[in-house]
Amino acid sequence: MSKVRVLVGTRKGAFILTSDGKRDKWEISGPHFAGWEMYHLKGSTVDPNRIYASQCSGWFGQIIQRSDDGGKTWIQPGTPPGEQKGPGGMPKGESNKFVYNVSAETGKPLTTHMWYDGTQHPWEFKRVWHLEPSPTDPDTVYAGIEDAGLFRSTDGGQNWKELSGLRGHDSGAGWQPGAGGMCLHTVILDPKDPNRIYIAISAAGAFRTDDGGTTWKPINKGLYSQYIPNPTAEVGHCVHHVAMNPSRPGVLFMQKHWDVMRSDNSGDSWTEVSGNLPTDFGFVIDVHAHEPETIYVVPIKSDGEHFPLDGKLRVYRSKTGGNEWEELAKGLPERDCYVNVLRDAMAVDSLDKCGVYFGTTGGQVYASADAGDNWSPIAKHLPAVLSVEVQTLP
Amino acid sequence: MIRVVLPGHLRTLAHVSSEVQLEIVGPVTQRSVLDALEAQYPMLRGTIRDHVTHERRPFLRFFACEEDYSLEPPDTPLPEAVASGAEPLLIIGAIAGG
Repeated sequence: MSKVRVLVGTRKGAFILTSDGKRDKWEISGPHFAGWEMYHLKGSTVDPNRIYASQCSGWFGQIIQRSDDGGKTWIQPGTPPGEQKGPGGMPKGESNKFVYNVSAETGKPLTTHMWYDGTQHPWEFKRVWHLEPSPTDPDTVYAGIEDAGLFRSTDGGQNWKELSGLRGHDSGAGWQPGAGGMCLHTVILDPKDPNRIYIAISAAGAFRTDDGGTTWKPINKGLYSQYIPNPTAEVGHCVHHVAMNPSRPGVLFMQKHWDVMRSDNSGDSWTEVSGNLPTDFGFVIDVHAHEPETIYVVPIKSDGEHFPLDGKLRVYRSKTGGNEWEELAKGLPERDCYVNVLRDAMAVDSLDKCGVYFGTTGGQVYASADAGDNWSPIAKHLPAVLSVEVQTLP
Repeated sequence: MIRVVLPGHLRTLAHVSSEVQLEIVGPVTQRSVLDALEAQYPMLRGTIRDHVTHERRPFLRFFACEEDYSLEPPDTPLPEAVASGAEPLLIIGAIAGG
């Protein structure tokens, strides 16, 4: 029977929830890396026992952890004594080393971006928001970081190199952080075209490369953001999350700061599909594993009030790729619920029926084993949830 | 033998339970202590000082013999009591609630 493994990153550690294919009884292991902010964990689809994790701290900075046994044990790639030696016999400890490429040879020496007050500000590495393992090679993994940049490791997370063409885009000096920092939070690898990658940055917008990361173009046509000086600007939009069904990589769904959007041409243009949503502000968005026109969002009241409307936690589902939305409420809090659901905190499994999962800043992880019809908490009292990913195991 | 006391999270990361002891050849300074610490515990690279600039991370400070050495140049000798192992170098994180 199939199994499901849910990887939960929280403000104070990581938790791994496992169940069989029925998804009615769950075991929780953790906290892993207790006390640390675990921004994101994600498993390789090629080798499901290979899991990458972003561990960080305002005191001690960024650590990359890797498990090769499904989360039972962890290593910092390259840093256990003796595993990696430099020229002088000294360990190199590269796995948590994210250094922007400012060389004239391989990237523009771009050293500042726009700060909140409109002045230029140095790029400063802060943390890894998202880890995206390659769909073909378990040793290749991408990291989306704050301040916005994209890095890649091809040796299992040991050494990281920036794909500096993104940050060196002509618009780079004009990118500005959102309130949560200037984070590159979404990395989508096109499963049918290894040279195509989508990323999204708050608050620069979405970008795409068609040459493996050498050059990038903004893909924000059709976005309208009334809170920026030019609402239809090429860059400057606060994109919260982008999702894709791997069977249809040219179709993208976006939860923007306000507005739910879709693109049917790989991001070349977008149309709004907020339709009858009670509010189209939110952070998460995801796509059903088997029905590429079925999408999920969690409406949040507003940009100033990051909690559900009327204290009722609701998922909204559209089976028509947007515009027509239905409220999903069975099993979710009916009152006094003032949590948020952060941008990387929703995921789906690939069982039949499709399982849908999301985590809240109140420490609950909710799951539906029937594509959203019914929900139940599978963890109730975790620290604030930063991210949720799901692995469907044989 | 130099003694260094690490913050709790870094002890966990380095798989040590109390203070660590380091052998240092030459002058005992912040830089030489951190170089030796990172060589012996490479998982700590980047957690106390920046990988490239070697600047101290802002929420950490260095104390020894009840004095704050955080703002001293990295090559300034640490007190003889630290060099002799009589007193440890304390690496201390800022206090935070929550």
